[in-house]
Amino acid sequence: MNLALAVLVDGVVYSSWLFLIAAGLTLIYGVMKILNMAHGSFYAIGAYSGASLIGVYFAGGNPPWASYLLLIGVAMVAGLIVGLLIERGFLRFMYGRDEVVMILVTYGILLILEDTIKLLWGVDPYFAYQPYTLLGRTKISSLSFANYDFMLIAVTAVVAFILWWSLNRTKAGKILQSVIHDREIAGALGVNVTKIFTITFVIGAFLGAFAGAMTAPGISVVPGIGIEVIILAFAVVVIGGLGSVGGAFVGALIVGLSRALSVHLYPDGELFVIYGVMGLVLAFRPQGLFAIASARKI
Amino acid sequence: MLNKNSLILLVLAVALILIGLVMPYWFSFLVTVALGKGLVVLGLVILMRAGLVSFGQGLYYCAGAYAVGAFSHFVETDNVILLLAVAMLAGLVISSVVGLLLSRYRDIFFAMFSMAFSMILYGVLVKSAELGSSDGFNVTSPSLFGFAPEVNGGSILSYWVAIILAFVFGAIIWRYFKSPMGVAGEAIRENEIRVEYLGVSVQKVIYIKYIMAAVLASTGGAITAMTVGHIDPEMAYWTTSGEFVFIALMAGTGHVAAPLLGAVIFELLRSFAFQVSPYTWQMILGITLLAIIIFLPKGLWSLKDKLMKGAKS
Amino acid sequence: MLKTISKIAVCGALALGTVVSAANAADNYKLGLVTFLSGGAAGPFGVPAKNGADMIIDAINAGTLPAPYNKVGMNGVKIDPVYVDEAGGATKQVSEYRNLVERQGVNAVVGYISSGDCLAVPGVAEEMKKVTVLFDCGTPRVFEEADYKYVFRTASTTTMDSVAAVRYISEKVKGLKSVSGINQNYSFGQDSWNDFSKSLEQLNAGVTVSTTQFPKIYAGQYGAEVSALMVNPSEVIHSSFWGGDMEAFLLQGSARGLFDDQQVLLTCGETALYKFTDNFPEGTIVGGRGPNGIFAPKSDFNDWFQKEFKARFGTEPTYPVYHMVQAILGLKLATEKAAAAEGEIPTDEAVASAFEYLEYDTPAGKVVMANGNGHQAIQEMVFGQVSKVDGELVMKEVVRYPASCVNPPNGVKAEDWIASGFEGAVCN
Repeated sequence: MNLALAVLVDGVVYSSWLFLIAAGLTLIYGVMKILNMAHGSFYAIGAYSGASLIGVYFAGGNPPWASYLLLIGVAMVAGLIVGLLIERGFLRFMYGRDEVVMILVTYGILLILEDTIKLLWGVDPYFAYQPYTLLGRTKISSLSFANYDFMLIAVTAVVAFILWWSLNRTKAGKILQSVIHDREIAGALGVNVTKIFTITFVIGAFLGAFAGAMTAPGISVVPGIGIEVIILAFAVVVIGGLGSVGGAFVGALIVGLSRALSVHLYPDGELFVIYGVMGLVLAFRPQGLFAIASARKI
Repeated sequence: MLNKNSLILLVLAVALILIGLVMPYWFSFLVTVALGKGLVVLGLVILMRAGLVSFGQGLYYCAGAYAVGAFSHFVETDNVILLLAVAMLAGLVISSVVGLLLSRYRDIFFAMFSMAFSMILYGVLVKSAELGSSDGFNVTSPSLFGFAPEVNGGSILSYWVAIILAFVFGAIIWRYFKSPMGVAGEAIRENEIRVEYLGVSVQKVIYIKYIMAAVLASTGGAITAMTVGHIDPEMAYWTTSGEFVFIALMAGTGHVAAPLLGAVIFELLRSFAFQVSPYTWQMILGITLLAIIIFLPKGLWSLKDKLMKGAKS
Repeated sequence: MLKTISKIAVCGALALGTVVSAANAADNYKLGLVTFLSGGAAGPFGVPAKNGADMIIDAINAGTLPAPYNKVGMNGVKIDPVYVDEAGGATKQVSEYRNLVERQGVNAVVGYISSGDCLAVPGVAEEMKKVTVLFDCGTPRVFEEADYKYVFRTASTTTMDSVAAVRYISEKVKGLKSVSGINQNYSFGQDSWNDFSKSLEQLNAGVTVSTTQFPKIYAGQYGAEVSALMVNPSEVIHSSFWGGDMEAFLLQGSARGLFDDQQVLLTCGETALYKFTDNFPEGTIVGGRGPNGIFAPKSDFNDWFQKEFKARFGTEPTYPVYHMVQAILGLKLATEKAAAAEGEIPTDEAVASAFEYLEYDTPAGKVVMANGNGHQAIQEMVFGQVSKVDGELVMKEVVRYPASCVNPPNGVKAEDWIASGFEGAVCN
């Protein structure tokens, strides 16, 4: 009983964290066909800005509850700045290149950002634990869980809903979908594809930074955290089907729950579980679970 | 039958072998390690010409190295020919199984699935305490039936082996790229379905290319293991595989010599970035990478055409 | 086409030649220093160690250290440090080691935090006959699997941490019936847990193991692991976590009350004690891989060292700083012992033989090169429990274990020593 509960809660908490990271990655891929390695750096930048500002904020003796708004604000500003800088200042000159080349381009950006982060924040850890401990904990059966983690689940649900709603129920979303399905036709029909690209990239960067800022309170923000999440996010996105936000949601759930199951029942397998799941899914669904159908070249 | 070109190649190879006797050891070491990687990248280029990018060549790189390590430990031999043969066999056997599955995949799914396999090997090795877990273990330096000449403070044998293998494999792959099977790669990249209509089995072509790439990668791993004298699971980690892709794109896929030369240039670049700027070497690498992509879209190899054009006019 | 290749090759060779000749010109003692300057190990280990090196080298060059370290520089020759980032794995580090020695012409190399690098580098060091001091890595395999002439390690192996940890909890934790472990899934974590659990079988056979967790290194999210530790409770949770992973685990565990009724033992906890004080649960058992930092024995040398470090870097020196400093001090003593005349830099061979079985005083007390045929240091080991009095950090229940009590005798493998029930250990 306890075990089932633990697996469920741990799994869902981990899944929501994964989804937050993967959402921006899959969105950018869907629209722009760029598998953005630098997404991990957005995450790190969000975490660093969040942690350093929260530190200053609490040192100033400000009302603690508003710190959550601060985290969101920080992510927005960081995402906007970094996203705009990279897309306008760099990526837009590279559109039309091969998908693999674009991965390498973003890898180059990642390398530069990693050292930039180090130059800006140094190598010492940053902590922003106040928002994490502030909410206290809840005891379910004999297990305690941090309320912050439950909030994370709620936040993820909201983000997922907003993404789904704006993609499927708004005009802007429909336009975006048309670009996802066929960039050329959408452009021919008068959609300003360049503008859509910029907006998408900034939203993606914001989502990455937001994931970082939301994670920062529960961790120690140190160099290299961005690199660690890239592969996790890639795996989730590939399992779900590249470019599909719904797929990323399901992918995150599958990975999160299997990892929790492994930690509780077979701790030694934790290292393999994510690749095992990815291999298994790809073996049966070579394009991932919810792949967007693409036209055959004849 | 020797024509003019093969004669020049032969002379070049012999010259490089002899230069090894006088160059500083750190440089011949660097070239050896770079050529090991260059062979992996050469394999990657075979796949890339067919439109497939593997983010998992580390699997074979590592398998080749561990085959050498395990064989030299448990069979207690340092015979370079035997060790190379074992490594190639390891690459061949693993890839002929894994390739059956992977040859069905394309694009990013091929990339990610190949990465998953290499990460699983990484996980298995990290879990193997008897193989030293993530610390790995040391490998004794090889000899040719007891022959391992020391030059400038280290054994030069690995360097020679690397040069010879680079030329032999380079020549073979060069021939292969001109053969119908080799050219089929480009056709597959352009349009798979039309290739099928021509009566060629796309899956079979890719399967063979995959195995070739794997054997090259495990040979590269074997060279690295013998030269460095130490192996660890990091060789199968995705960052290692990523580095191979990095070198391939940097060098370009235009010619078999491109990945080999590119690997040497990359190693030099990194080594000097480490020396000049120990705190921000990643930034130097990143900027270089971006500069190459922007100014030389077809890789460093395209410099050659530009130079030749400049020389003619 | 082939002409172009040869052209490129010739140009490359020429360019190289100029770089190489420019690199070799110095009258100073060039010291190669290798530590993590990027990645997750830079913050807790690499950069503090670099800071320690900077500080002690400045003091040595100024000649302001107390005797026997009061000579300026290395036997009168000023030290010129050359830093290399340890990132990138063993293959890269072997390459970089060769570059340091041949291209940069260093007189000696001090470095390596990662055990993988410490296993890979000695082979090359022997081949190049260059004195090399490993300063921080922990695996006992280095001198168990091979004999080296030019390679030394001036810090104890991790065996000491685990053995002392078991002695400590057997002595200090009342009603110890079970333990659990959470360690990173790589050599250091696996070895730490292995030594710990095997030592426990020897010293306290009745104690059972509740659960052993091995999350991936740098995982950062330990929700499921914390639950697993809660579902399978025990008196003591053993962890060799370090850096960001340790801090994240403490944060996430504290927030959920994991440490309310389970005591946690952190073998590397000392690195975060000063910056992260608020988040150490009361009673956390902490070690510092030797008598370092807060565990250092009282001495004038250490008082000066702590004050100076804090004044310069704004934080207390942690164990990697001590490890670095004792490596450089050992090298300095051995060099001066080997030298015949003032201002002479002795040969590597002479330094290596002077270094063997060296005993010397450091800010962390006595370092004795007793194991690995005089190449591997042993030190005492200290554990204590975190306590906060008016918000100030105090260590209580501190127990010191003499070096001979927690380190195997010379020539005995750590694993065999533990299995033998610590044959030959002298504990008082």
